[in-house]
Amino acid sequence: MSAPSLAEGRAATPPPLGRSPWRTAARRLRRDPAALIGLGIVLLFVLMALTAPVLTALNGHGPNEFHPEKIDKALAGAPKGALGGVDGDFWLGVEPGTGRDVFSRMVHGARISLLISVLATGVATAAGTALGLLAGFSGGRLDALISRVMDLVLSFPQLIFMIALVSVLPEGNRTLELVFVMGFFGWPYVGRIVRGQALVLRSREFVEAARAAGMTRARILFREVLPNLLAPILVYATLTVPINIGTEAALSFLGIGVRPPDSSWGQMMATAMTWYQVDPMFFVVPGVCLLLTVLAFTLLGDAFRDALDPRSATR
Amino acid sequence: MIRYVALRLAGMAGVLLVICAVTFTIFYVFPADPALQACGKSCTPERLAMLHHQMGLDRPLWRQFTGYLTGIFAGRSYGEGPLAVQCHFPCLGFSYQNNTPVWDLMMRRLPTTLSIAAGAAVLWLAGGVAVGVMSALRKDTLLDRTMMVGTLTSASLPIYFTAMTLTVLVVQVGGLLPYSSYVPVGQDPAGWAKNLVLPWVALALLYAAMYARMTRASMVETMAEPFIRTARAKGLPERTVVAKHGLRAGLTPVLTVFGMDLGALLGGAVITESVFGLPGLGRLTIDSIETSDQPVVMGVALLAAFFITFANLVVDLAYAVVDPQVRFS
Repeated sequence: MSAPSLAEGRAATPPPLGRSPWRTAARRLRRDPAALIGLGIVLLFVLMALTAPVLTALNGHGPNEFHPEKIDKALAGAPKGALGGVDGDFWLGVEPGTGRDVFSRMVHGARISLLISVLATGVATAAGTALGLLAGFSGGRLDALISRVMDLVLSFPQLIFMIALVSVLPEGNRTLELVFVMGFFGWPYVGRIVRGQALVLRSREFVEAARAAGMTRARILFREVLPNLLAPILVYATLTVPINIGTEAALSFLGIGVRPPDSSWGQMMATAMTWYQVDPMFFVVPGVCLLLTVLAFTLLGDAFRDALDPRSATR
Repeated sequence: MIRYVALRLAGMAGVLLVICAVTFTIFYVFPADPALQACGKSCTPERLAMLHHQMGLDRPLWRQFTGYLTGIFAGRSYGEGPLAVQCHFPCLGFSYQNNTPVWDLMMRRLPTTLSIAAGAAVLWLAGGVAVGVMSALRKDTLLDRTMMVGTLTSASLPIYFTAMTLTVLVVQVGGLLPYSSYVPVGQDPAGWAKNLVLPWVALALLYAAMYARMTRASMVETMAEPFIRTARAKGLPERTVVAKHGLRAGLTPVLTVFGMDLGALLGGAVITESVFGLPGLGRLTIDSIETSDQPVVMGVALLAAFFITFANLVVDLAYAVVDPQVRFS
């Protein structure tokens, strides 16, 4: 009995020759300048986040090192020198009020911003995929229940609830709290897409063939359905990261994100709020970082979508 | 039709009820004892117990919840006898901070939020749709590419970054506008608009960019439909084809999103109001969270949820009116 072989043809493992959808997509991506720019910027920031301790060792100032000699007490703590105190030693100037090195805080901020937003995307995607599959594949009452819950979570005023939840949660690991709160409000978006796709796939011929061949439900789910969902999930996850970067920054901006002395780009923006008229340089640095990462992830997500869409012409 | 609306309204009530319950649980179970805060520094156990009783905190949670619900629809009174405090319909309780009814507090803030949302919505809808349609009609030209790169960048701008940049450039360096504050529209319409231009533009830049991209995608798809070919074949001028046939079909999805975005924004533009220092619902939310003023937080959360679900309903109804293919079911 050759039950598995019936399924092999449609499975995700690429055949050694010829063009699997993933190979076609990779080919398309390599020729898409927008994708390459996006990928380049993302890699740059990831590298920056990973090597943050090395980078701060290079310039010799830790992210939480105070430099009172760099700020002007007479001007309520505004940085001395042009452009927020930029010089050969402090490459992007110093934080007003404290004199902490902006470059060091920026690279360490990259760690927190990226870590939280990527993890939150992971949580939302995993939960959304699992529940969406469950709803779409089982149908009936379970589907109705999960769909109602998704609608419900989507009707919550999200930012208000995130702020409220984070502020009433017991003191603990703030990073983890942010990840789960953001993940909790994010999963229905993935869930709806996965459910819709699963509903369509459920009645496709290859799934029926697998069922007729006697495959177990779990095997059908993992070998037949899930591989076909990877493309939309990947696209959606890539486009969720920038949204989460924005949300984390917004929460930190409102003072309920990361706790001091940790830095994140949102936290830097929040500090900059009180200083932006005196020292514009200080809000430009985290602002540009946020702009670039959000832009890069969006470019990348759009490129993934175009490249993985079987309807678009093969180039 | 009536049956459909009734069903949807019932559904909406259900959603709001659940949100109300969840909010209640979050805000009344987790945080520190509100009576302790109301009691102040020199608090005796007797006074605390009395406050507990007066605030209804000594009753079981579900009784507190039903009390809260009753208050919304019929008003209620706190405490008994001569000490009783009457709270009129729609009663959402009193602020722990200044003992003002939550409803009054919110209604005082609503005009600011409404002004911000309305002005920004007009700008972003007009701008976004105009750019999107232009881009779609000149697909793959230099103009289209430039505009799409521009909108992508604009959509990636964090709102506080835009806000600070605009303030520095326009107010500080340019001296063209005053720093934003809120002037009631009835008092001084010109001053009202002048003060709100920056928040409007900051919000509109973000949303218009998203709408432009959405409009473009939708219009590109619509203009390739057979009915557009038919309209052209009839010899209609291109202007009519686009305006009468293309826009009607192409803008329906945009209007759906518009309704929902506007609904969400009415709950308070939290960040925009914070950056520009405008006393709207969003600012009220942040302030009351910072001071653990749970009745206010709950009130704002409920109002925001109401706007979102209500916008959903309006959008669905409008959809059915615009698009004859949609059936009420």
